[in-house]
Amino acid sequence: MTLQDIIERLQRAKALEDLQTITEELREHYATTHIVYHWVNSIGERFGAGTYSTDWVDRYLEKDYLRMDPVIFGCFQRFHPVDWKQLDWSTKAARSFLKDAISFGVGNQGYTIPIRGPNGQFALFTVSHTTTDEAWEGFIQANAHDFMIIAHEFNKKALEFETGTEVVSVPALSPRELTAMSYLAKGFSRAQAADELKISEHTLRVYIEAARHKLGALNTTHAVARALSCGLIVV
Amino acid sequence: MLRYVYGHDLQHFPLLRDTMFRDRADQFLTRLGWAVRVNAAGEERDEYDDLNPLYLIWQNEDGRHGGSMRFLPTIGQTMVNDHFRHLTDGVRIESPLIWECTRFCLAPGAERRVSAGLVLGAGEIMANFHLKHFVGVFDPRMERIYRLMGLEPDVLGRSGEGRDRIGVGLWEMQEAAWPHTLARVGISRDTSLDWFRQSFSASDSKRLCEPALT
Repeated sequence: MTLQDIIERLQRAKALEDLQTITEELREHYATTHIVYHWVNSIGERFGAGTYSTDWVDRYLEKDYLRMDPVIFGCFQRFHPVDWKQLDWSTKAARSFLKDAISFGVGNQGYTIPIRGPNGQFALFTVSHTTTDEAWEGFIQANAHDFMIIAHEFNKKALEFETGTEVVSVPALSPRELTAMSYLAKGFSRAQAADELKISEHTLRVYIEAARHKLGALNTTHAVARALSCGLIVV
Repeated sequence: MLRYVYGHDLQHFPLLRDTMFRDRADQFLTRLGWAVRVNAAGEERDEYDDLNPLYLIWQNEDGRHGGSMRFLPTIGQTMVNDHFRHLTDGVRIESPLIWECTRFCLAPGAERRVSAGLVLGAGEIMANFHLKHFVGVFDPRMERIYRLMGLEPDVLGRSGEGRDRIGVGLWEMQEAAWPHTLARVGISRDTSLDWFRQSFSASDSKRLCEPALT
């Protein structure tokens, strides 16, 4: 299954169990140890989907690790992605927590993307792995953009579940975004499209990035395909 | 040196915080004449400061504010999307890969390297957090400073006239701009990364915050 397929399945998810399946598919796709997405809605209720073993989840609850988990502490009230190595593992409690987590198969490396939603909604998307520092750095460099995109696609779903309203299936793009996308669909290069729109290439790239996000696409090619299949643009 | 401080953590740097908000009043109200609110303490703050933004601050050797900039993710409320959509061709600029930077401020009489330091810090944010673009609100002086650094901000549109003129622009830290910017600050990339790590790694500054999921 390609990443694009997985993202599209995520966007069609109807319930929490679907999110669970998606985390499993992502884990397989990246051949990583774990993928977890969990969030707190605007009234403080907690939800989660992820590949951690039930043994670890039970252990976490039994030990009440929530009260001291450095990942939670380090990501709360933040919006930048966090490599677990940056966190404060200096206390005895943190070190024994880490040891315990590793023994339950969480992995020795982790990358967590915090998301601040509206009205106090808050979420964390985590990728963990068992590997060397060097290999991990390369893996994150190569995939960080995708992880940020995936994290926000999960969060769009969580917000949709919370309000009980399905996100409009056809996203609203501004006329300029639509024009930019249709030039790309016609096979124009970025330079040609920018020229036609009388904007700089940098501006064009930002408009395309904004459209990509609204379309929930993984990259520009995927965004153009989605705009076509939604009937937003025609060639 | 540069510090990267979230709004909620400014309380740990009271002198830096107070001098920053006072210098903002001096720049945006007194010097630029923008329609900003200044409180009884002489500090300029707006509603975006209440959103726990990330501040990039140049701290002088005496511990005071030398210059600063404010960052917010464009997923969420931003000044450009709330107030300047008429300057972005009606496009709502929103993506996890784009952050907004606003309130580029220099303290009165700031050393020349401070402005370069702010550009450098923004570059570190872009590189380390894997961002693709910044969207920002520019005043004419800020635009000049960016051009001096070899960065060509792409100004989408402007409103107002004269010193009140505000532009909304896009920029990114191009690879070619790093050496020039570092030279103007007078530090190596390693020092810059050390400053970055000091702010974002817990080993140097123990974080004080509450657990989220309770």
